[in-house]
Amino acid sequence: MNGIEQALIGGVDGGTAILLPGLGELVSQRSGVVNLGTEGCMLAGALASYAAAVDFHSAWVGVVIGMLAGSLCGGLHAWLVVKRKADQLASGLVIWFLALGVTSVFGSSFINKSVPPIAIWKIPLLGSIPWVGRILFDHDGLVYLSFVLVAAVWFLLYRTRMGLTLRATGERPEVVAATGGHPDRVKFLAVMLGAGLAGIGGAQLSVGYVDNWFNDMTNGYGFVAVAVVLFAAWRPVTVFLGSMMFGVALAAASVIQAHGIAVNQYLLDSLPYVITLIALVAFSRRGSSQAPEGLSKALTSSG
Amino acid sequence: MRFKSGYRRLLAIATVVAGLGLAGCSSSPASSSSSSGGTTTVGFIMVGNRDDYGYNQAVYSASQTVQKDLSKVKVITADNIPENDTVTRTMQSMVDSGAKIIFATSYGYYPYALKFAQANPSVYVFHQGGYLNGKFPPNFGTYWGEAFEPVSLGGMAAGAVTKTHKLGFVYAFPISQTIGNIDAFELGAQMTDPSAQTYIVNTSNWCDPLKQKEAAQALLSQGVDVLTQHQDCQATVIEAAKAANAYVVGYHYDAKSLDPSGWLTGSAWNWAPVYENIINAVTGGHFAGSQYNANWVGTFANNDNPLTLASFGTSVDSATQQKILSEEDLLKQPDESVFKGPIYAQDGSVIFPAGTTPTYAQINNLTQLVKGVVGSLPKS
Repeated sequence: MNGIEQALIGGVDGGTAILLPGLGELVSQRSGVVNLGTEGCMLAGALASYAAAVDFHSAWVGVVIGMLAGSLCGGLHAWLVVKRKADQLASGLVIWFLALGVTSVFGSSFINKSVPPIAIWKIPLLGSIPWVGRILFDHDGLVYLSFVLVAAVWFLLYRTRMGLTLRATGERPEVVAATGGHPDRVKFLAVMLGAGLAGIGGAQLSVGYVDNWFNDMTNGYGFVAVAVVLFAAWRPVTVFLGSMMFGVALAAASVIQAHGIAVNQYLLDSLPYVITLIALVAFSRRGSSQAPEGLSKALTSSG
Repeated sequence: MRFKSGYRRLLAIATVVAGLGLAGCSSSPASSSSSSGGTTTVGFIMVGNRDDYGYNQAVYSASQTVQKDLSKVKVITADNIPENDTVTRTMQSMVDSGAKIIFATSYGYYPYALKFAQANPSVYVFHQGGYLNGKFPPNFGTYWGEAFEPVSLGGMAAGAVTKTHKLGFVYAFPISQTIGNIDAFELGAQMTDPSAQTYIVNTSNWCDPLKQKEAAQALLSQGVDVLTQHQDCQATVIEAAKAANAYVVGYHYDAKSLDPSGWLTGSAWNWAPVYENIINAVTGGHFAGSQYNANWVGTFANNDNPLTLASFGTSVDSATQQKILSEEDLLKQPDESVFKGPIYAQDGSVIFPAGTTPTYAQINNLTQLVKGVVGSLPKS
């Protein structure tokens, strides 16, 4: 296995932990609500899934519980923002701090408990394709789930009536209301669904990839996911590419060193952020998609 | 444009927060009412979680031993305190609740601890792992151990079991302690496997499980079959080694229970005796000018190294154990060191010539990697 392959394989694993919350945040923002608490909802998902996996001896039960924990976390944000008309950014940060504190307290007893990790499953046929098979189709199930979710979110947004209502809510909630819809309900559901995906993203970290819970283990990756969504101009496929790019750059920093190649540390550390930024800015320029109008409005009026 | 400003503000916040990695501010100072009546309040400040199976747990469990052993001491602790001015605020709030002695136990606390000592002459401040070149304030001290001695013993265990002759070292930052540890690990490994090589990868973080996992994976794919680390939390690397049927040499805390067959051995901190000696020196009134009012470094030779050899895992055969234990005995002799010359740098030049034994200060000032280490230190 050469270094490029190593970086790509590790990149898909690491990138999935950005992709899942990224897709969730995309759904949420399309409805007009930004959730800076994504980082916190990931932590909630990471701990809840780990704890459940320990108690039920099943990683997949853990994933489901992690998703529920993420949704609850998102539900709180949605309640504050939609029902109580709180400032979106402030509420998101509060959610993050809250989740960080709560998971640190309750997580202490779960550090270094052993869990049955999610098994690595090589997909038959696809996994045998030279090169590509090894990079894309030889991972744990959550990685495949995230692939499927990219397509699912795209389909939901652009090919279903529900998606149309969701996007309309993000653009002009008044219009949705005037046509007999319930924009607040749509927002509530979108935020909870989005945070649920962030919860699964947390599970990918704890029971999926590193087989370990640690307090504040997300280390800012939830914020990276939020940034990826913005730079990806709210498009699912671009979110996928941006997340993977971040993951690959992160893995590359390790692989380059493991090969004994001398590179400036600060360059390596900033690589994931810089590459993702440049790529996404270049990529999203070409597109016509812009910020959902309701999102911009909500943010402007709150400031 | 209303539209743009809101969007930009969001972008700014998201990117700034993500970029700075502004996480981990959950402090939990477990303090209560202040002390009186001959009781001395002692504060311990930790950078990470006190249950990390690593550096911080070693500090925390020692602080609890101190509480048990010394009847006239009241211990208060704070964990998850980042290495910025938060630590100053934490020290102040400890003093406000009666603390007379404060142990600031993370490397990055050093400038804050020194400043705080200078500003508060009635409080005794101790920094774990720092090194002051110059005059000590009468209420300040640093303490550490010759970490590289037990680390070299761990290297011997690694060299004894490796089949690929490739060892992996996951570290955080290229600080002097770490350079000494990497070098000592490789030198120890060469004693049991002359062709052993140590591959190094840094994570730029004391505990980022995602990066630790990426680093471990990168090393394992390179054919490394023994991993070791200089991280505050060690479980992720141990789990990664376990999943790949590789071996692991621990650091900071004895984590054999996580993987008894993959765990070879490691180094574990035993801080309680040091803490107690320092506290007794202060409360006994003979601190100023004592050995603790300086850079105190415990060593094997003085039989007071706070870093000790951890327990052996089931994969280390008794012959290897004997070899390691007799090397430990040898290191207790004066003028013995794993860095006893000749020691060569990666490029073959001589670092310490034959027949010389470097001092702690010389080893602590090492900036070069020894021959056999693959990779280079990031320039800062």
